[in-house]
Amino acid sequence: MSLSLTNVGSANMAIRRSILQDFARNALAATGRFLLRLLPLLVVLTVIFGVWQLLADRPGASLPAPTKIWATSHELILHPFYDRGGLDKGLGLHLFASLQRVALGFTLSAIAGIALGMLVGTSALAMRGLDPVFQVLRTVPPLAWLPLSLAAFRDAQPSAIFVIFITAIWPVIINTAVGVRNVPQDYRNVAKVIRLRGPKFFTRIILPAAAPYIFTGLRIGIGLSWLAIVAAEMLIGGVGIGFFIWDAWNSSNISDIIVALIYVGLVGFCLDRLVALTGHIVTRGTSAS
Amino acid sequence: MPAFLEISDVSVRFKPGALLVLDSIRLPINQGEYVAIIGHSGCGKSTLLNVIAGLLPATEGGVLLDGTEVNEPGPDRAVVFQNHSLLPWLTCRENVRLAVDQVFGRTKSRAERAAWVDENLSLVHMMPAADKRPAEISGGMKQRIGIARALAMQPKVLLLDEPFGALDALTRAHLQDQVMAIHSRLRTTVIMITHDVDEAVLLSDKIVMMTNGPEATIGEVLNVALPRPRDRLALATDARFLAARARVMEFLYARHTRPEAA
Repeated sequence: MSLSLTNVGSANMAIRRSILQDFARNALAATGRFLLRLLPLLVVLTVIFGVWQLLADRPGASLPAPTKIWATSHELILHPFYDRGGLDKGLGLHLFASLQRVALGFTLSAIAGIALGMLVGTSALAMRGLDPVFQVLRTVPPLAWLPLSLAAFRDAQPSAIFVIFITAIWPVIINTAVGVRNVPQDYRNVAKVIRLRGPKFFTRIILPAAAPYIFTGLRIGIGLSWLAIVAAEMLIGGVGIGFFIWDAWNSSNISDIIVALIYVGLVGFCLDRLVALTGHIVTRGTSAS
Repeated sequence: MPAFLEISDVSVRFKPGALLVLDSIRLPINQGEYVAIIGHSGCGKSTLLNVIAGLLPATEGGVLLDGTEVNEPGPDRAVVFQNHSLLPWLTCRENVRLAVDQVFGRTKSRAERAAWVDENLSLVHMMPAADKRPAEISGGMKQRIGIARALAMQPKVLLLDEPFGALDALTRAHLQDQVMAIHSRLRTTVIMITHDVDEAVLLSDKIVMMTNGPEATIGEVLNVALPRPRDRLALATDARFLAARARVMEFLYARHTRPEAA
């Protein structure tokens, strides 16, 4: 009895070992495929940094070479969350402050933009009244709003958030309106036959049918917000990645600027992917990510 | 005493002053009847279906269903649309569920509604794919879900707008057989728009042949007295089937040729 049990045990062990081996082999193959797909990117990055190093590593060069950047600014890369009080903070903390402003401004513009877009997309009257206003206002550059908002709010923080709001809202409104107008007549007919009306018609038919368009608007909006926040923070000061860059420029710290730019780019990329991914999940795969 | 579904002198004009699209259509339909409306494209047969569905108001005349005038769309006249019109963000089951919740939200309990959804999915043999999204299933399957959604509303009249038009011949035959089986089981009144003569003769009790538009009207009504259940193989050589088929062909291709070809 005990003999057969140990036999079963060792058989189990053997199976387990072979599963582990299989798993390891598969993991290895997957890692290999991943590295292979990453290879072109690594080649491009190597070339960029190589050329940059060659060009900038000469006497009289106005911009620092990658090696020099590492030598002078590696603390920024290695310790993004240091805080020595006041404005002397790590890049991570500056980015976090900027992200907070963007989160607030963008959320407000998403809510207001989708609501206004729905209105303009549904009602021909609202379309005729509001669309010309939107078309003019959306061409105003984000920073041009800043003096006006400073005058209105008399405070830097709400002004920066307002600039984000007013920058991001136009693509959200316009794309939502287009999405609502393009809801296929077939879906509207289905709703009519089953007598789906009022708020339920909006939430069950119009909103999901327009969702791919809405998320396109949100993606453009988040991109524009991130563009605008850096510029706005350069002017309003305080903690934030825009101020950090401007401050580094004032102290002729070019290496810090380059590190900050790379961070700004990476964060902007992540924001875009985040909205795209949310769209993909919310629309259940009917919107491209 | 009006018929179960009474289409009485329906005329449709899209713009004031323009020509009539439909001119005085009068058609009584009995309960449980399967009626096919056939005609060349542009003859206004889809317009007529939209009037019966309540999606389009008649300029003159009206439609009476079971003694009540039709003046808006409703689940008692469920439509199976030509291009299936399933909502792509919902699964097949959720598509049927949306209609069932909407129509029976007050009269059936949650569990009853769920069971009713599944019953209708089984009726069109779509239970195995119930949790897939429309984009993941074939055109024939989508149309079956469309039929399940319409049947789940327990309509007084089932309106089919060229339901098999976009399908390949084999899938179409398969679906026709399924619709025949469902009709013989549920005895639903059906109005089907089609441009396929064989389909019209095989499925219908009555074939309504429409003249070409504008000012299209009913040219001829043919009663198909073939016994049910009907078998497509046996009918292929049946003299009565062939005679009915010849009659419709003669109407469509000799007396009322395609307007483009004339």
